[in-house]
Amino acid sequence: MKSEPVLSERANSRYKNLYDKYVLPFLFILPAVLLFTVFAWFPILKGFYISFLDYDLLKGASFTGLDNFKAVLSDPLLPKAVINTLYFTLLAILFGYVVPVFLAIAINEMRSAQSFFRLAFYIPVVLPPMVAVLLWKWFYDPDIGLANVLLNFVGLNGLPWLNSPKTSMFSLIIMSTWANAGGSVLIYLAALKGIPVSMYEAAELEGAGIFQRIRFVTIPQILGVMLIMLVLQIIGTMQVFTEPFVMTDGGPANSTLTIMMLLYRYGFKFFDFGAAGALGLLFFFLLVSFSLVYFRLTKKFKD
Amino acid sequence: MAVKSNTKRSRLVNSFDRAVISHREYADPAVKTAFILVFIFLSLLAVTTIFPIYWMFTGGVKSSTAIAQVPPQLIPEAPQWGNFLKAWGRLNYSLYFLNTSLLCLGALVLQYLISATAAFSLSKLNPVLKKFWLAFFLTTLMVPPNAYLIPQYLTIVRFPVFGFSLLDNWLGVLLPMAVSAFNIFLLKSFFDDIPGDLVDAARIDGANAWFIYLKIMIPLSKAVLAVISIFTIVGTWKEFFWPFLVLKKTSVQPIMVALYRLTSQTVGEPLNLVVAGMAIASLPPLILFFIFQKQILQGISLTGIKG
Repeated sequence: MKSEPVLSERANSRYKNLYDKYVLPFLFILPAVLLFTVFAWFPILKGFYISFLDYDLLKGASFTGLDNFKAVLSDPLLPKAVINTLYFTLLAILFGYVVPVFLAIAINEMRSAQSFFRLAFYIPVVLPPMVAVLLWKWFYDPDIGLANVLLNFVGLNGLPWLNSPKTSMFSLIIMSTWANAGGSVLIYLAALKGIPVSMYEAAELEGAGIFQRIRFVTIPQILGVMLIMLVLQIIGTMQVFTEPFVMTDGGPANSTLTIMMLLYRYGFKFFDFGAAGALGLLFFFLLVSFSLVYFRLTKKFKD
Repeated sequence: MAVKSNTKRSRLVNSFDRAVISHREYADPAVKTAFILVFIFLSLLAVTTIFPIYWMFTGGVKSSTAIAQVPPQLIPEAPQWGNFLKAWGRLNYSLYFLNTSLLCLGALVLQYLISATAAFSLSKLNPVLKKFWLAFFLTTLMVPPNAYLIPQYLTIVRFPVFGFSLLDNWLGVLLPMAVSAFNIFLLKSFFDDIPGDLVDAARIDGANAWFIYLKIMIPLSKAVLAVISIFTIVGTWKEFFWPFLVLKKTSVQPIMVALYRLTSQTVGEPLNLVVAGMAIASLPPLILFFIFQKQILQGISLTGIKG
């Protein structure tokens, strides 16, 4: 059956124009808009809301005012978790952020094997974190683990590693450094490659020695990347979870209980989603304030 | 990033030449000695980074007595290659590899359907409220997903408005993980470099947006799409925490969750088989890394993220 077009030719093309101009562009961002609404903005806003509720998955929720915050802030484990997290963050940044600067500078000086070193330092980052954590859990075994076997081999006594509150957190930091430092080395190396040789030559002509050149040319040139990395690392390491969760479950004696571990316990061990939400909200403000610093920095160094 | 624009140019000049230390200084015996010492130090450090991985792969072929032997065998004396096959069967890896592969595929498809389309629209189609949508996506970069873990979980337990649960459902893992303002941003800045004339010309020839997306934008963006695809696949393969929370039914779990469960049981599998299983589970990211080393390393220096 042959039918006449309902719209005139001109109206039809106008309709098509409107479709092309307004509908189609929106259709292309619609999936992302829906996804971000449901799985980013909605939970972010809901985080504020549930912190004020006594949230029970079966019985439903009821408003409790500031009770959750009071409960969380008076939990004796909270200061412990905060201190543990800061301890981890501080040392993880020292080893995983400061040391890699020097490693990258050293690698960048090498006349050969540069790509080998880059690869060798980066390869632990390629390993899945779960595998890396399980691997080190085995190394830290006091009896058959590689760590103590090596210590005994050089004539030292073995350490209790994960089994003592004195050494547990430090053991996690060693593991985490091994697993992550290569990523920082790589990023610094990329930044170092961006420094033009002529700058070193100019500094040399003015009589700057090797260390002076590092101090007055290299470091200032990669300072932007360093600052950005610092904030990113702080944000990242403060969220440490898999390492303590798999290796020690926060123990022994809560010595590796981090903020994320505590959050997990509230939510998924005690099913107290109100308290978990309240702690999450406090954590949210902490992380977002660091993120704001990060964005200020990236903006500044883009120009 | 500021670094990016410099990198290409200086690589040509820099790569084999010099950095801080000049060729003349390098010839100086004292400098040369220091050089060699640093080289040895870096080599020793490289041994400590590589050795644990070597230990895992060799541990996987040791017998259950050899693996617990003190002092340990540096090189396995009687390698049992069959351990890998045995571990694959005992740990039910056929299922978990399939699950993980499908999750990776799903995550990849979602990036093409969601992030790339949005980036295309924002870059070339000029949608209404463009600035608002850009902010709508990019502001989420400031909030690490862990900061809204609990409400996100509750969203999965009971989906807003409709009330169904996505627990034990792959969509419950894939959809929240598909939220990537970073990918949208990266793709958009790449699409922005594709000349608008190309799109206009195609328009005049009567091509619609779908055609332009599939036949012009995608083929011209292979480099950035390769980086995003590899990072998505490897990232999904490594993911543990979120799938662990959402997927409690063992038959739908991906490999990392299964590995955690298998190693945290009170009556565990034999150590050598578990270690073999760990080695197998790290093979896909390792293999992908070696194949796409160039793209991955470039992508990391380009974007500053660690894949």
